[in-house]
Amino acid sequence: MSSEQLSSVEEIDLAAARRIAAEHRAKGSSLVTVLQDVQTEYGYLSREVLEVVAEQMQVPLSQAYGLATFYTSFSLQPRGRYHISVCMGTACHVRGAANVLGKLERDLGIKAGQTTADLKHSLESVNCLGACAAGPIVVINGVQHGKVDSRKVNEILRELD
Amino acid sequence: MSTVASEKLTGFADLDALRSSIQAQREKIETTVVLCGGPGCQAYGCKAVIEAFREALDDEGLEESVQLRVTGCHGFCERGPLVVIRPAGTFYQGVTAEDVPEIIQKTLKNNQLLDRLLYVNAQTSQKVQTEKEVDFYAYQQRIISGANEEIDPECIEDYLAVGGYSALAKALSQMKPDQIIEQITESGLRGRGGGGFLTGRKWQSCRNAQGQPKYVLCNGDEGDPGAFMDRTIMEGNPHSVLEGMCIGAYAIGSNQGYIYVRDEYPLAVENLGIAIQQARELGLLGENILGSGFDFDIRINRGAGAFVCGESTALMASIEGKIGDPRAKYIHTTDVGLFGKPSNLNNVETWANVPQIINRGPDWFSSLGTEHSKGTKVFSLVGKINNTGLVEVPMGIILRDIIFKIGGGIPNGKKFKAVQIGGPSGGCIPETLLDTPVDYEQLTDLGAMMGSGGLIVMDQDTCMVDIARYFMNFLCEESCGKCTPCREGTKIMLDILTRICQGQGTPEDMEQLETLGEDVQTASLCGLGTSAPNPVLSTLRYFRDEYEAHVKDKRCPAGVCRELISFSVTPEACTSCSLCVKACPVEAISGGTRKGKGKERTKVPAVIDQDKCIKCRACYEACKFNAVAVS
Ligand SMILES: Cc1cc2nc3c(=O)[nH]c(=O)nc-3n(C[C@H](O)[C@H](O)[C@H](O)COP(=O)(O)O)c2cc1C
Ligand code: FES
Repeated sequence: MSSEQLSSVEEIDLAAARRIAAEHRAKGSSLVTVLQDVQTEYGYLSREVLEVVAEQMQVPLSQAYGLATFYTSFSLQPRGRYHISVCMGTACHVRGAANVLGKLERDLGIKAGQTTADLKHSLESVNCLGACAAGPIVVINGVQHGKVDSRKVNEILRELD
Repeated sequence: MSTVASEKLTGFADLDALRSSIQAQREKIETTVVLCGGPGCQAYGCKAVIEAFREALDDEGLEESVQLRVTGCHGFCERGPLVVIRPAGTFYQGVTAEDVPEIIQKTLKNNQLLDRLLYVNAQTSQKVQTEKEVDFYAYQQRIISGANEEIDPECIEDYLAVGGYSALAKALSQMKPDQIIEQITESGLRGRGGGGFLTGRKWQSCRNAQGQPKYVLCNGDEGDPGAFMDRTIMEGNPHSVLEGMCIGAYAIGSNQGYIYVRDEYPLAVENLGIAIQQARELGLLGENILGSGFDFDIRINRGAGAFVCGESTALMASIEGKIGDPRAKYIHTTDVGLFGKPSNLNNVETWANVPQIINRGPDWFSSLGTEHSKGTKVFSLVGKINNTGLVEVPMGIILRDIIFKIGGGIPNGKKFKAVQIGGPSGGCIPETLLDTPVDYEQLTDLGAMMGSGGLIVMDQDTCMVDIARYFMNFLCEESCGKCTPCREGTKIMLDILTRICQGQGTPEDMEQLETLGEDVQTASLCGLGTSAPNPVLSTLRYFRDEYEAHVKDKRCPAGVCRELISFSVTPEACTSCSLCVKACPVEAISGGTRKGKGKERTKVPAVIDQDKCIKCRACYEACKFNAVAVS
């Protein structure tokens, strides 16, 4: 996301990022840990937040950005109010996870990795959530749904309003 | 329950005294309701059941006489939510919140069984009362995973009550570091994280290494998709990992440990954190453990969603806060590892085995298993199998027994095709080789590997070329990009496989997959690349006919590859129930309805418009009468 796009998103309060980074610096935590906690706070890593973290941790911005793009659990875009993760792990794959993801992409009108324009839904595919026995698995804001098929996707989406 | 009712323990006798007092207290409890809170049961809604029990026991005024214990995974995920009622050991499966009042009235108050919640053994069709009688458990040997049922992971007393930390006390009070390493070596314990390296030998190298401080690390990254064994140990029995690490640290000469946990496992992070805190409060971690003069503490680091970070050098880089790319290992991490210091990394399950070996002796351990593979192995048995779940079996058991005796075979009368073992580094084993025992060397000989313990069962509806493409796609995305053979090789192999799945493959493509696969195996920097071709090479070896069908006949025999299949409705079988019409996301199905009333009523069979059809399988899944055919 370019910086113009970012500034169109509302002004972000950066005090929390500054505080989290300072606390971790005192404890000698790693940069990955700082970014994780900062992402938990803001839901994603904006350019402004990354700049604050880099400054506080006394590393170049490129280093923070490098980590944020190498590790897939970091997001540079805001996530939706409902963040939907679809497991594409092997156990879920052999039970038809690709159809579940395809249906969600069609129904929400976005691809995995994207957020709807109204910031209501975001969709991502992940590699195994460790609940393989009940696959295909879909997790929405931390709540697991097991044995998901096209019909269950309808039910789940209906419940989100 | 997360309160520790004791002061810091300053000696070995204190630990024994605390244990005795906990055990005496426990003997007074009449009834315990054990509720599984593992990942499978969670997906099936166990949280509601747990809440219902809490409320109902309160309402009935039973909260004093009945103990409620929420535990980690019991293993039989397929039948979750699971409830076990002690002391009788009554085993209820598929429990819902609505069942709870009746369980309390009938079973808890009047000792009556609720017939509908009992498990029916598949072979004998008989209902059984206790877990011991359930066929799924009968062939297992649960030395690592069995304790989960005894333990509320937030309650260190539960772990102490079943003998927890007695191995640590024994090691610190009676054994010299060298003697511990000797016993671990003698036991034959090998790494459960994939490679199968002898644990005792690794410890010895790290002990001998020059340089201070030394670190002991636990690999809880569990990147293998389809595997959740380590998750259930970290979530369900976190102290067993801490105790193992503490013993290892004492043997190696380390005072600081790290556990690297997969980001997708927040509950594992939470439970390990609670466990570490409780162990510190009791003086089982920290300075001067049990008055022995030995100091050891543990930190937790979370992964951030990169498969390659399960590899030892990448994992260490990630803990240091860097990008997780691996380095060449001419110099072992036991000499130069985390922060450039000697480091010993073991898998979660490897660590959990350590207290058992110290307590029960190396001879006991090495009596289990085959000549070179000792002890038990925990597997996650998933995919197209009746009894999905977590199973722990002695090494040497044949795959057929795991799949058919424990797993109960393939659902819906379908035929077994293959079992995938070893994850993205492993291979697919066909029916003809199912009598192969679980043994590191024998699995490697088949072009697969033990791996960390994912067993994914595939049936006639699974396309083996699609599976090869699936793994190659996974590895191509997860390749860190540092070395060319892996970065470029996986990409080219993926392109070829995609072409084959789309019906555009040529016979030369198959040859190229083989030669390229061998190149990537030989020339890659780390284990990700050197094992990346395995899923392709093993499917080419055992399922060549499926590749040939895609390449020569432009046909996908399993009916999976979209470009090569079409769906149609068999009019004679169609009952015009309209389920498929409703299921179709693109309105490609017409008919499928009933017209008129009473005797005049006629059925109009469904018809699929091939131009509109996107081959999403929704109609195939929706049809209850097998009227939708794939060709
Ligand atoms: C790409 C790659 C991913 C790996 N992922 C894991 C993992 O998720 N968990 C694990 O325990 N070992 C994993 N390993 C193996 C580790 O590098 C290492 O061998 C192991 O943790 C050592 O512990 P052990 O001897 O107890 O098995 C992986 C190896 C490679 C090459
Ligand atoms: S493969 Fe989907 S949860 Fe493991």
